[in-house]
Amino acid sequence: MCEAKEPRRWFELPISALPYKLSLEYKTGGWRAFRPVIDQNKCVKCMLCWIYCPEHAILWDGKIITVNYDYCKGCGICANECPVKAINMIPEGGGTNA
Amino acid sequence: MSAKINPYRLWIFEPGKKYNIPLDLNIKKVALERTPLMLPGHRMCAGCSVPIFVKLLGLALRGPTIIVNATGCLEVATTIFPYTSWAVPWIHVAFENAGAVASGVEAALKAMKKSGRLGYDNVDVVVLAGDGGTYDIGFQSLSGMAERGHNVLYILYDNEAYMNTGIQRSGGTPQFAWTTTSPIGKVLPGKIQPKKPIADIMVAHRIPYVATATPAHWADAIRKFRKGIETEGPTFIHVLTPCTRGWRFAESKSIEICKRAVDTCYFPLWEYIIGKGYFLTDRSLQIARNPKLKQPIEKFIELQGRFRHLLRPENRELLKQLQEYVDAVWEDLVNRAVNAPK
Amino acid sequence: MPKVPPEKCTKMALNGDEAVAYAVKQSLVDVVAAYPITPQTIIVERFSEFVANGEVHTEFIPVESEHSALSAIVGAAAAGARAFTATASQGLALMWEILYIASSLRLPMVLAVVNRALSAPINIHCDHSDAMGMRDAGWIQLFVENSQEAYDTTIQAFKISEHPDVLLPVTINLDGFVLSHTLEDILILPDEVVHEFLGGYRKVAKTYVDYLRKEVEIKLDPANPLSFGPLDLYDYYFEHKVPQIEAMRKAKEIIRKVNDEWYELTGRRYGDGLIDPYAVEDADVVITVIGSTAGTVRHVVKKLRNKGLKVGMVRIRSFRPFPFDEIRSILRGVKVVGVMDRAISYGSYGPSYLEISTALYNLSERPILINYVYGLGGRDIPPDMVEKVFMELLDIAKKGETAETFKLLGVRG
Repeated sequence: MCEAKEPRRWFELPISALPYKLSLEYKTGGWRAFRPVIDQNKCVKCMLCWIYCPEHAILWDGKIITVNYDYCKGCGICANECPVKAINMIPEGGGTNA
Repeated sequence: MSAKINPYRLWIFEPGKKYNIPLDLNIKKVALERTPLMLPGHRMCAGCSVPIFVKLLGLALRGPTIIVNATGCLEVATTIFPYTSWAVPWIHVAFENAGAVASGVEAALKAMKKSGRLGYDNVDVVVLAGDGGTYDIGFQSLSGMAERGHNVLYILYDNEAYMNTGIQRSGGTPQFAWTTTSPIGKVLPGKIQPKKPIADIMVAHRIPYVATATPAHWADAIRKFRKGIETEGPTFIHVLTPCTRGWRFAESKSIEICKRAVDTCYFPLWEYIIGKGYFLTDRSLQIARNPKLKQPIEKFIELQGRFRHLLRPENRELLKQLQEYVDAVWEDLVNRAVNAPK
Repeated sequence: MPKVPPEKCTKMALNGDEAVAYAVKQSLVDVVAAYPITPQTIIVERFSEFVANGEVHTEFIPVESEHSALSAIVGAAAAGARAFTATASQGLALMWEILYIASSLRLPMVLAVVNRALSAPINIHCDHSDAMGMRDAGWIQLFVENSQEAYDTTIQAFKISEHPDVLLPVTINLDGFVLSHTLEDILILPDEVVHEFLGGYRKVAKTYVDYLRKEVEIKLDPANPLSFGPLDLYDYYFEHKVPQIEAMRKAKEIIRKVNDEWYELTGRRYGDGLIDPYAVEDADVVITVIGSTAGTVRHVVKKLRNKGLKVGMVRIRSFRPFPFDEIRSILRGVKVVGVMDRAISYGSYGPSYLEISTALYNLSERPILINYVYGLGGRDIPPDMVEKVFMELLDIAKKGETAETFKLLGVRG
């Protein structure tokens, strides 16, 4: 039922073992070792990074591309595929990019 | 998040309304209007190509859809209780019965519509199954579903081994690939048997539409998914989905590997339309028209740890065998293809 | 006076399989998926005829295996449909994996099992080994004595299964060949009566799902997206099993209630729905039995009672949920009980012997229990064999003890 304390007791769970939370509550951004940083001056808005991001963590608001760091796992596909090399993978928490 | 509208929403279809979402490849437009089929927060590996094809599938759907998912990476990583990543109705039953479960769902929708209890004109049923649940343990129920003619789109996402249980070989594993049950040893060079030609087997079932796709060739994939949905009857799409863990490559290379798979003709892009025949599409059609574009198989395997042994000088013969196999399959396909230059 | 007495019914000469098929025909079933196996084949064949003649709205899926049959109806039930399948023996064994899933997903559905021995060697005749192999799967298991009960119970099964306090799949078990292929006069209710008894088409139960912020029907519905069959880790699996335990507990009450409702409707009832006793009140010795053999036992009880012997019988109709309380109350004053089982758990006893022992364990004074395993692979159990059992039990009652607790009945050697 709503507002039950976690972890729930058996009678507070939905019938048929149905999941009751969306994965949106699980922030996979904590997985990252590298984070993508977009150089907006180089970006040509080709949308390939939006298409190829497995997490749907690249967003388009009609004007610019931004990264949703709540979910970005730092895989680097966006950086690898960007045709103008506008995305750089920077190590989380400092460190060199070697 | 900068978006004013929440970009991550559930897909809610009101009963009683008609739905036919248009096919639109204008990404800048759909990025603003649509919401993903699979919500972020899922626990597929970083760099996994499977969520990419699922996103493309989401862009191809035309209305209310039910997903039937066989046991595997996708099913397990997207529904770890109490979370789910699915924005549409979704069901997982077991490993080998996605075809049968989808048949039951499709029949139920028909019966309920017949007796006036379905609030929708049309609900599409789509199966998502890995190579494990399709080539091997799932083949019987897929074949039965195809033979009975159920109106279901079956999408095989092929990472070429039983990845979810730790990279064991499947009928979809290519020859000479390393897996944990076909390891490289003193006597054996990886998997002995070649890859089962699953898409051709589905063509032999004489179902109305069969195609191959990769997430890298996104427009081609979206169009094929849409065609699979719109074609009445059983349809089958074989998607190559490289696995960074099992194929042993850096997470950022997933899309690049797909491109190389097609460029080397290891995984040609084609579609089969019953009554018309095979048609090469996208990059594979370009290569057929201009054979100079075809890359040697080294370009595909050089990035992958599972094939690294083939680049050793003592395995030159094996590499040659693999190249000959790829060439033979490619030539056979070009000869069959209606739109290939003769 | 029942609402629909025999005069208002149609009498048809049907065998057990046909009776089940007819019950399914009248039960507004949306999807039937089945694979043929002797002795269930007639159910599927007869139903295919109804479909071919447009007599039902059902979608019939001629699946390519029993595993796919059960998988298909799990999918259908998840989509909100009323679904049915039938099988026997090896077919049921092939469904084994999915049986647990159907119960754990709390999906209502009905499976008719035409009880047949399990291989090897391959044998098409009656015993209960197939049904007993699924006793842990979380399905309600009802066993019928005759084909009229097969017809009645198939209809009842849908109602029990779909009850919001139950939401468990139900099997109805009928003996292979003995019932499935033998003609009986069956009283068939008018269609509308069955429709009304079931409340029309299936109504899907509801549950509250937080991310939808409301109670929704438990089905695959594009208006309210739900995910069926998630992955549980060790933090939730146990909590997900307890509702199944609870539902089985509540099912006893619902099986009883539906039995009572059926009595009001037709004038027919089967004991209290869980157990069907006969001449037990002052009996010295009792035989417990499951399925069609109960008919033979009842015939022998009548004969021996006429001779003045105080014998009785209890037919167990509901094997799951097992009626522990009812068995305990009805057997407590009895001196000796012969528990007949048409199956054996190798390395242990017959299945109902184990259950009945458990039911009686905490009594300070308990009957002597002896297990008689009989009829495996269709070995016939004629009345004189049953009479011999009663005489043995009476003898043990006189002596007050027994050397053996396990006997085989009808084996050469």
